[in-house]
Amino acid sequence: MKILIKNGFVVDPSSGFNDVMDILIENSLISRVEKNIQDAFDTLIDATDKIVMPGLVDMHVHLREPGREDKETVSSGTKAALRGGVTSVLAMPNTTPAIDSVEQVKLLKKIVQKTAHANVFLSSAITKGRMGQEVVDIVALKNEGVVALTDDGDSVDSTEVMREALMKARDANMLIICHSEDRSLVKNGVINLGLISTQLGLRGIPKESEYKRVERDLQLASATGAAIHIAHVSCCESIALIAEAKAKGTRVTAETAPHYFTLCDEDLMGYDTNLKMNPPLRTCKDREALRVALRDGILDAIASDHAPHTENEKEIEFDRAEFGVIGLETELAVSITELIETRLLDWSALVQKMANNPAKILGILKGTLKVGADADIIIVDSKREWTVTKECFASMSNNSSFLGRTLKGKVVCTIYGGKVVFKNT
Amino acid sequence: MSLLKEELERNLNKPEVDKASLRKVAWVRKDLLGLQELSREELELILSTAESFKEVISREIKKVPTLRGKTVVNLFYEPSTRTRTSFEVAAKRLSADVINISTDSSSVRKGETLIDTGKNIEALKVDIIVVRHNYSGAAAMLARNVHASVINAGDGWHEHPTQALLDIFTLKEKLGRIEGLNVSIVGDIAHSRVARSNIWGLTKLGAHVTVCAPPLLIPVSIEEMGVKVTSDVEAALKEADAVNVLRMQFERDTENAFPRQLEYFKNFGITVDRLKHAKKNILVMHPGPINRGIEISSEVADGPNSVILEQVTNGIAVRMAVLFLVAQAHDQLRSKARTRGAKKI
Repeated sequence: MKILIKNGFVVDPSSGFNDVMDILIENSLISRVEKNIQDAFDTLIDATDKIVMPGLVDMHVHLREPGREDKETVSSGTKAALRGGVTSVLAMPNTTPAIDSVEQVKLLKKIVQKTAHANVFLSSAITKGRMGQEVVDIVALKNEGVVALTDDGDSVDSTEVMREALMKARDANMLIICHSEDRSLVKNGVINLGLISTQLGLRGIPKESEYKRVERDLQLASATGAAIHIAHVSCCESIALIAEAKAKGTRVTAETAPHYFTLCDEDLMGYDTNLKMNPPLRTCKDREALRVALRDGILDAIASDHAPHTENEKEIEFDRAEFGVIGLETELAVSITELIETRLLDWSALVQKMANNPAKILGILKGTLKVGADADIIIVDSKREWTVTKECFASMSNNSSFLGRTLKGKVVCTIYGGKVVFKNT
Repeated sequence: MSLLKEELERNLNKPEVDKASLRKVAWVRKDLLGLQELSREELELILSTAESFKEVISREIKKVPTLRGKTVVNLFYEPSTRTRTSFEVAAKRLSADVINISTDSSSVRKGETLIDTGKNIEALKVDIIVVRHNYSGAAAMLARNVHASVINAGDGWHEHPTQALLDIFTLKEKLGRIEGLNVSIVGDIAHSRVARSNIWGLTKLGAHVTVCAPPLLIPVSIEEMGVKVTSDVEAALKEADAVNVLRMQFERDTENAFPRQLEYFKNFGITVDRLKHAKKNILVMHPGPINRGIEISSEVADGPNSVILEQVTNGIAVRMAVLFLVAQAHDQLRSKARTRGAKKI
């Protein structure tokens, strides 16, 4: 079975591609990437005027299985991923029960083998039951295939436990993803603390709750020599701290999500619960700082923090609504609209943030078009405009911040493991 | 008996509102959710409409047929006597049918969502829902989900538009203008929807607003709303043409931000002594209910500067105006929709 992708503009900085080229897929692997390939093929895909890039790697996805299959499943979440051009996801372990042991990993792996439509990489909690007290068996989990540890949804409050986890992770060469949040400063806050929370009469979440914990996590990483990744960076103070730590040689990488570099607290004037997430949308000044940090490489990755919730949990009073929004199916288009169209990033930089870098951070052989790599490839019509509607999602939930928005850039073909698995003509 | 009938008839035939004054600016909103979204002209329209209704309620027979055949539901998720009664009286003066639903007597306790409750009320062919809710934004959410008009009677810490309108109406009635007035709001600004609505309304109409509270009860960045901020009550009173004294809602102190009651009275209570430093004719207002001896002394509450009971009377006129305007806009929207539908066929 040979697929030839013809005449696309191939972008992949990890292989040095940035030109009109052809890609030949053979036996589910990328066999050649060259100009004008004349080989025989079984299937021809004309990619003239389209962008061809590696399938995206989203390192922050809540698939909700096991436990909350009413919100999302491995099956529905990976289907949504393919629609959005994402061929590899890192599943967050804050399920019910939490993924914190070899047994839980084995159970989830079985579900993945049976039902996943894309690559699902597994993470484990840092502490048992995500309770912040007892560090998990990192070595055993690593041997079971876990690629990162995170208590995402919560921070490990105890500095002592976090330090212990970081030392063990360092020795096992395991990445720790930090949900950096000091809950004691958040209290019952629901949106960013500032003029907007004052005007709306909603309890505010101070930025200190994020960046003071980022600061602690960076200091611990520096002291222990462990590698950390800061999830969902939302404010300019965190960016400054990360930049400083990077300059000092701390092993740190960081991500932000499309909603943080596109929206800000001023968008909350209508109390739209699809704009409620944690950390919250910050000020427009923070939004600008995030864009610049993406351009300057202080932020390494764009991840969706895809967090599905049912309508019952969202279509209620703002204070009572769940935190979190979905993003798998919009993250590429939002990034194209907000970063490429505004000339903040070029295509190569975008592919780095959404494919190359997350794969590298997780140490997985994905997100690249290198010859010999798995043929996970997407073809994107960068000119096509579309409007986000509730009906357009493959996800079981539709709590998107971008409902009603017109975006530029549409995935027209997703190839996963050498097979065309999604087509939108 | 015949005299009474005559009077009633006269009332029925009297145009309750000067229609010409309304044509200057049209009221097109089906809902009143807050003063933030209103223009100066819309605020002035409500105030002038309320003036006409104030005349109506000063008549011997206080009832007009304006909303005959309409149904108003007071949907109250928080205990309230004052606001609910005021809306009820206002609606009845306009000849509407009024139904009161409070959390104690409804299926709310059984876990029904606000949207479902709203849709059920609407299915009863109700025209206007007056809603009081403990969560900020609840009125806006309800308005998005029902066709009926929604009037916000207070949502969380967000807004209480009709309270601010009656405060402003009283100010204007007593002092003849709003533009250029110095108005101080003293009390728990952080948790006060009354303060927020007053700030929006007063600043839009050109008043200079000062807010005064203990530092922990001043919300962040409030100065960006165009107000002066102080924790010195004497400074707040010094140049003020009026002071709006807020009730200290000690029952809401979940974050230990409140000073003790006596300490508050000592440092912030509005007393005869404190008023000696203020303008002689300063108006003293309070949205009620009053905590005597906590935020205000009895001598001041009952004294010559107090307009607290007049505020209550004016509340009827203002709420009649709001009910009238949203009902009128709703009728127009509906008839427009009908015309559009007819054209399609």
